[in-house]
Amino acid sequence: MEPVAIVGVGMTKFERDRVRDTFGDLVFEACTRALDDAGMTIDDIDIVLTGSNDFFDGRTISSMAIMDACGSYDKNVSTVEGDGTFGAAHAVMRVLAGWGTCLYCAHHKGSESVMPLITNAMFDPIYERFLGIDSVTSAALQARAYMDRYGVTEEQCAQVSVKNHGNAFKNPYAQLPLQLTIEDVLASPYVADPIKLLDCCPISDGASAVVIAGAQRAKALDAKPAWVKGIGYNCDAYHLGDRDLSKVDALQAASKTAYAQAGISDPAKEVDLAEVHDTFTYLELMAIEGLGLCRMGEAGEFTAFGNTAQDGRLPVNASGGCISSNPVLVAGLNSIIECALQIRGDAGEHQVDGVKTAVAQGVNGPCGQSQCVWVLGGDE
Amino acid sequence: MDDWREAQEVLVMDGGIKVPYSWSAGETGTTYLESLRDDKKFLGTRCPECGIVYHIPRRNCPDCFSECAEWVELGSSGELVTYTITRKHHPQLSPLKGVFGYAVIKLDGADTGFVHLISEFDESQLAKGARVEAVFAGEREGSILDVRYFRPVKAVS
Ligand SMILES: [Zn+2]
Repeated sequence: MEPVAIVGVGMTKFERDRVRDTFGDLVFEACTRALDDAGMTIDDIDIVLTGSNDFFDGRTISSMAIMDACGSYDKNVSTVEGDGTFGAAHAVMRVLAGWGTCLYCAHHKGSESVMPLITNAMFDPIYERFLGIDSVTSAALQARAYMDRYGVTEEQCAQVSVKNHGNAFKNPYAQLPLQLTIEDVLASPYVADPIKLLDCCPISDGASAVVIAGAQRAKALDAKPAWVKGIGYNCDAYHLGDRDLSKVDALQAASKTAYAQAGISDPAKEVDLAEVHDTFTYLELMAIEGLGLCRMGEAGEFTAFGNTAQDGRLPVNASGGCISSNPVLVAGLNSIIECALQIRGDAGEHQVDGVKTAVAQGVNGPCGQSQCVWVLGGDE
Repeated sequence: MDDWREAQEVLVMDGGIKVPYSWSAGETGTTYLESLRDDKKFLGTRCPECGIVYHIPRRNCPDCFSECAEWVELGSSGELVTYTITRKHHPQLSPLKGVFGYAVIKLDGADTGFVHLISEFDESQLAKGARVEAVFAGEREGSILDVRYFRPVKAVS
């Protein structure tokens, strides 16, 4: 891939009920921070790309409603209604296409609607929606399939909640830092077996933005670039019964593409840090395996040995992850931003030493139907 | 500046989007749902190239992209692939009263699973591979809820 870099990042604080800010206010805050971080003004931006979801926002063509808040007038604009990893991948493609420098922002206010009703509506209206299945109950089907296949225990999943909620204390943007023990997680009530309350992400409001530029522009700036080394994305079956939910085929395929572009042959050795989709604890374990950071079925043990802790050999979700703040769609962009900050050495209190190669993962669709993997590096 | 912001109660507008839709089940879906309604029989479609029997039936094989024209009659029992018991469910999303759950069920004769409800179970009866059977609604109207739920098959004594 031709060299492209993330040259500016911006996030709002993630909170439940950010009642003082409209969608536009959040977008403006995130975009302003990203431009400041890049040492740019809105006049330096050629392309604007936005990410939002009509159902969550409660308005059709929601992406167009915040165009004033991201300074898009008279610019080359397009919109992506998917997770931020996919949106940002599209932003990279627009930069590679030669359209100039891109500002990409994504926003979400989960507190303004009713999450189970919206996630129920992602299922097939003829065969599945009437059953009342939603994001939590569908995740529970996948969690059990995965745990059955590899003998993963609820205790092993609970470690992820303890670790990531603890990591969130060091991230000023995270919503839900919690001091937990494995016993606390195991004692929390079942929402849908085997998923318990403390295995689940919160409902969050917030926005994030990045500025993405080609090599020439990136090098001319004072900003510290995080270079895009590889991106892969792959899709699996929509109907949950059509695929083996315990498997991570799409993630493995996406990883393979991203690692090949980045020249990585042994991710377990070459990746220094990962930010993955952990809206439910079991998903972090599946992601670690799917990204090739440990062997299939061994992420529970890998985590138990402390490998994925903030001070471990291969920190995973050092930011606190989605389980600490889950602005839907923004979440994947946050993973990319966290990787960029870690590579730059700008992650503040949760900075991990010596991060040269970082991996971000995002998902779209029921039970991780579609998977996107980013590899970021410090060198062009 | 902070002072008035803190003191000001922000106004919130309650609203909603209510749009009726009329989703077509298509010819394949209609044949399937009519069979549930009229004969209490599950149908699948077979891919002529890979031989996979799809349930829910569909017009084309997602694997090899061939057209699946052949109908196959399936059993009304099958096995649990995975399941969950719902403990805290949004009331508007609960089609059953009392304890129920969701499962991916592979019906006898099908190669793929499908999602449906489970009820009338003891938790000890639920496991990967456990046998379950369909409980049909008395009055059926051509919907997936013509099957009320699946329940564990009672052991033959
Ligand atoms: Zn086929």
